[in-house]
Amino acid sequence: MDTKEYVESGILELYVYGLLNETENIEVSTKAKNNPEINDEITAIEKAIVALSSSFSPFHSVANFEKIKAKLELKHSSVIQMKPATNWSQYMGWAAAIVLMLGVGYQYQKLGENNNQVVSIGIEKEKLTKELDLLEQKNKGVETSLAVVRDVKNTVVSLSGQTVDPKSFAKVYWNKETKVVYVDAAGLPKPPKGMVYQVWALKLSPKLVPTSIGLLENFDSNDQKIFAVKDTGYAEAFGITLEPAGGSLSPTMEQLYTLGKV
Amino acid sequence: MMNQDDLLVLIHNKDEKAFTYLYDMYSKSLFSVINVLVKNREEAEDVLQEVFIKVWKNIDSYNEGKGRFYTWLLNIARNTSIDKLRSKNFNNSQKNLSSDNFVHLLDDSNKLLNKIDTIGIHEFVQKLKPKCIQIIDLLFFKGYTQQEASEELAIPLGTVKTQNRNCINDLRLYLKL
Repeated sequence: MDTKEYVESGILELYVYGLLNETENIEVSTKAKNNPEINDEITAIEKAIVALSSSFSPFHSVANFEKIKAKLELKHSSVIQMKPATNWSQYMGWAAAIVLMLGVGYQYQKLGENNNQVVSIGIEKEKLTKELDLLEQKNKGVETSLAVVRDVKNTVVSLSGQTVDPKSFAKVYWNKETKVVYVDAAGLPKPPKGMVYQVWALKLSPKLVPTSIGLLENFDSNDQKIFAVKDTGYAEAFGITLEPAGGSLSPTMEQLYTLGKV
Repeated sequence: MMNQDDLLVLIHNKDEKAFTYLYDMYSKSLFSVINVLVKNREEAEDVLQEVFIKVWKNIDSYNEGKGRFYTWLLNIARNTSIDKLRSKNFNNSQKNLSSDNFVHLLDDSNKLLNKIDTIGIHEFVQKLKPKCIQIIDLLFFKGYTQQEASEELAIPLGTVKTQNRNCINDLRLYLKL
């Protein structure tokens, strides 16, 4: 039997399905090793059936994946980190303060020990000026967020936590007149490295149509966790998913963090 | 997507990253097969856990000379599902005699989540010949032998293989594989 006939016989499909006996399996495996044409054919069949079956997979929670890893004692999850962002920034503030205080104390001790007092104080002053600038900048950020949130023309949409992380939440402030949309993401955990939250405006009927309205970039450095996203004229619901950096064309529903109807 | 050889190299590290790749590549496919066989979402999740634990602990017993890595996973998923059914004293038959096929997996799932089908396969399956859905359902999802499938579908034994190939060819044409 030549290669073409062999491939056309349909035996390679049964090989991938696991329906051949041991002798037949060894035969196909050996042929595949020696004949790239057969090997490529097998790979394509496998891809097709994996794609078909995967697309029919019912939703299963990320929690299941974490449970398996826990049972196998595979530590360090790079997939999800559930630390709340608010605590993180709060502790960072204290940590920074302590580091700064230690720094100041150390500098002060040094001052007594040598004659470079003036220089050191100069550095110190510069540091403090920088701190002040930073605080002023942050203050401005707070004022902007407040102005956004207080706008009476806003439609406020509460997004509640989904299976992935039921504790998470978010709010969307949507001004239907100006179409401007802001997202308050303070209730979302810090995204893992290489991942980013993506915001979707959803049309629900007659068919669900998700439209990306932007990414929550620089999540860490945004202290207020209030993000401006793209203008939106029409939406029946908003959702936030976790996606690989740069965002995705369509939402990864297993990583749907929050969802809320307008 | 990674190919089988790259994955196997990575798996030898036996670290968390390797496991994540393995899970990402195959968990959905196996979960749909498990659901067709076990037909209970919670139990299917338990079986999926068992499968990945078995796979990870017995990975050294996989022999490349005897079949595809994916096929090895598939067989473990089928066997674990059958064990689950037996342990529940359903019946000792290893065949799932229900008329439900894999397309029914969509019906009972969360509607919002399943309306999203990134590669549009569901639409394609609607257009697929009913014979194809049946034959893929019996051979791939339910693990019927050619003999059993020929009896169930009342078609000659010799045509089971080739009909299945024609169906997979339609699918590949659609997926450009």
